[in-house]
Amino acid sequence: MLRGVRFPDDKDFSGCSIFGMMNVKGDIFTGEPLIRAIANMKERSNGLGGGFAGYGIYPDMADLFCFHMMYDDDGARQQVEEYLASNFSVEGAEIIPTRPCEGVADPPLLWRYFLDPRPGLVPEESGVDDFVVRVVMHINASMDGAFVFSSGKNMGVFKGVGYPEDIGTFFQVDEYPGYIWVAHGRFPTNTQGWWGGAHPFNILDWSVVHNGEISSYGINRRYLEMYGYNCTLQTDTEVLAYAVDLLIRRHGLSIEEMSLVLAAPLWTDIEREKPPRRELLTALRQTYGSLLMNGPFSIIVANLNQMIGLTDRIRLRPLVAGESGPIRYISSEEAPMHLIDDGVTKTWIPRGGEPIVAELETRAKGKAAAGVKAAKTCMEEVGIS
Amino acid sequence: MKSYLLPEFVIDRDDFRCIRCEVCVRQCANDVHWYDEEDDACYLDETKCVGCQRCATLCPTSALTVRRNPASNPDNANWTMDVLMNIYKQAETGGVLLTGMGCDRDYPIYWDRMVLDASQVTNPSIDPLREPMELRTYLGAKPDALEIKGEGANQRVKTRMAPQLKLEIPVMFSAISYGAVSFNTCESLARAATEAGTYWNTGEGGLHSKLYKYKDHTICQVASGRFGVHADYLEAAAALEIKIGQGAKPGIGGHLPGEKVSAEISRTRMIPKGTDALSPAPHHDIYSIEDLSQLIYALKEASHWVKPVSVKIAAVHNSAAIASGIVRAGADIVVLDGIRGGTGAAPTMIRDNVGIPIELALAAADTRLRAEGIRNRASVVVAGGIRSSADVVKAIALGADACYIGTAALVGMGCHVCQKCYTGKCNWGIATQDPYLAKRLNPDIGARRLTNLLRGWSHEIQEMLGGMGINAIESLRGNRQRLRGVGLSREELDILGIKHAGE
Repeated sequence: MLRGVRFPDDKDFSGCSIFGMMNVKGDIFTGEPLIRAIANMKERSNGLGGGFAGYGIYPDMADLFCFHMMYDDDGARQQVEEYLASNFSVEGAEIIPTRPCEGVADPPLLWRYFLDPRPGLVPEESGVDDFVVRVVMHINASMDGAFVFSSGKNMGVFKGVGYPEDIGTFFQVDEYPGYIWVAHGRFPTNTQGWWGGAHPFNILDWSVVHNGEISSYGINRRYLEMYGYNCTLQTDTEVLAYAVDLLIRRHGLSIEEMSLVLAAPLWTDIEREKPPRRELLTALRQTYGSLLMNGPFSIIVANLNQMIGLTDRIRLRPLVAGESGPIRYISSEEAPMHLIDDGVTKTWIPRGGEPIVAELETRAKGKAAAGVKAAKTCMEEVGIS
Repeated sequence: MKSYLLPEFVIDRDDFRCIRCEVCVRQCANDVHWYDEEDDACYLDETKCVGCQRCATLCPTSALTVRRNPASNPDNANWTMDVLMNIYKQAETGGVLLTGMGCDRDYPIYWDRMVLDASQVTNPSIDPLREPMELRTYLGAKPDALEIKGEGANQRVKTRMAPQLKLEIPVMFSAISYGAVSFNTCESLARAATEAGTYWNTGEGGLHSKLYKYKDHTICQVASGRFGVHADYLEAAAALEIKIGQGAKPGIGGHLPGEKVSAEISRTRMIPKGTDALSPAPHHDIYSIEDLSQLIYALKEASHWVKPVSVKIAAVHNSAAIASGIVRAGADIVVLDGIRGGTGAAPTMIRDNVGIPIELALAAADTRLRAEGIRNRASVVVAGGIRSSADVVKAIALGADACYIGTAALVGMGCHVCQKCYTGKCNWGIATQDPYLAKRLNPDIGARRLTNLLRGWSHEIQEMLGGMGINAIESLRGNRQRLRGVGLSREELDILGIKHAGE
């Protein structure tokens, strides 16, 4: 757990800007347009947090888990490095390159590691992903002065305290090419000055940016705790990342089914459906009622294959989708899309609870099933390796 | 022997207002009032008054006031009038002190030490009159994960879902047996539950065949006496409930005196007319948890696996661990009944001294089931002293799926909680088998009063949810973040799993 000034609220009350951009053909672009896009929504953030997640940014190390770490001091770093070395074969360790930026002050020590789990240590029944999740949970909950803020393969999160455009400049996201980028600008009313509290939140290759407040946080969190997720960041966005991981990776639900859990249809709407569908929707709500995300939210969830936008079921936060050739946009506002791209031909506002899914084209044909292996195959197909 | 008991109540009759209509005379089953034609005056015997307020409520000129007898022994915190009177009673009779309804001692009521949250600025509150606000609740075991097969229109749920009870408001009527209360009371409850989309519970007295038609909203209880348990009874239920214990009298059985066992009750309970109906303290086929499991599965088998099976226990010191055992034994629903839970008759010392407050039992059980990762496997229902929609909302935020109300429902039908149910002379026509008294409760009106009550609570629950920015009850369930304690110790807060106000 990273030290620093924090208030003990469990929740992050924030208004925010979110922006996502994806090339469904898998062609790459840097994070530069996102810096401009998110800066255009400056009114939605207050300088207390910004962040980016890029997918496809470590093609040479695509088989390895990349941990981005924040440390309060070298002592914490040594402790974590020892712990990592005992669990992984560490194939690379370096300081995350940054450039000085006026709006970014007092960053923690920022390191990244490319890791391969030691085969003997991974329990067969649960698999590599569960192993990595446990390691991340352990560091974030129990290791003083340390925090894992990115733990996927071939992707990375860059975030911190400041306006998002400054954070982007600081982390040089304009120099990493990727095929999906998401960005976030934050307007929190608490958790000041805490780098770990900025978005995106990440676990494995899932990352989430979120605008809103989750009023059901208390029960979402307690439900996830039953499945071994310890919510350590004291923000409600964290539960979204874990909920997505649980539903899709561990329980094998599709994106659509996941959105039917997070933004469940009303009972009256469920009753209007024909029997098999009605039974499905009823069973989903009965089973996963504790994961209904209640309260205003719009989110962008991304993984190696997809970028998904979703709002709460009564759409209390804005979300706009857009298309420009192979590029897909999801944003809090429409203007930034046009700012960075003259070719945006189509924009629309999805209904509350209706997911917008942008998928790598080769993936879209098959059944969406998360899994790093499958993802890798696809990336090879689209020419990323 | 001369009785040393003083009247519990005094009655003031305003003779200027009294019009000698004799309503009080006719209404009082305890023969407190009588009319003397020669004197053209009403007289009183206050020693018989139970304080049920029937006469005062029905007096057309409001000439009567019934109040506690202010007579007092010299001030003494230890030897209060109540204590003295109990001792006189026992010195005169050599019997066990009896009482009715729930514990009336002033143990902390934690509902009143918890406050709810509401949205301000960062999260819009929701107006339930303009926006959907969902209270629907399903009770029963839920799977840990859902398996779905097929794609598109062919998508099907592969996981076998356990049977569920569908509640349109997370409030059900608690187990109250036919025998303890009148047939009209049972009918009122059954009709109201049906209309409101919830459930009523037969208690341990069987189910009168005239009420079979409400079976879709009936929970049939199987208790230690097995009264009225037969194939049709199990068929006439939406769910079955094994009653192990009751909050008002944990650890002891029940006793319906033979005088109350009329022909109808005899037929319903399957016992000879006029005989005492004795419920043993334990089920004599359940001496351990594995025996309970056998009965749970026997009932599931007997009901073709289409009905949830519930197990009700009194909230006692380690009810959290017991609840865990019950869930593992296969129950679909666990019911916890707290120390303030009601009864038709219980020994006073048991009622007032055995068991724990439901708030603590609920919090401990929910925490325990989650820690063990088995909270999905059963629903948790709480009973025992739920007085208002706010209590319901707080119970759900602490972790309950739904609440049972018993006393509140009876009060809705007229009960004034005089605690004399065991006498069989209920002037409100509820806890009685006397046809003259029982007909005072008209089931049309009883059902309407209950549906009104549930409707009122339903609106209030929706308002409170909306205020918190939540539009479905499942987002409040177990959401202890939305509760804060006021004036509670650190230990109490820890057990309840909530923060103190201001934190």
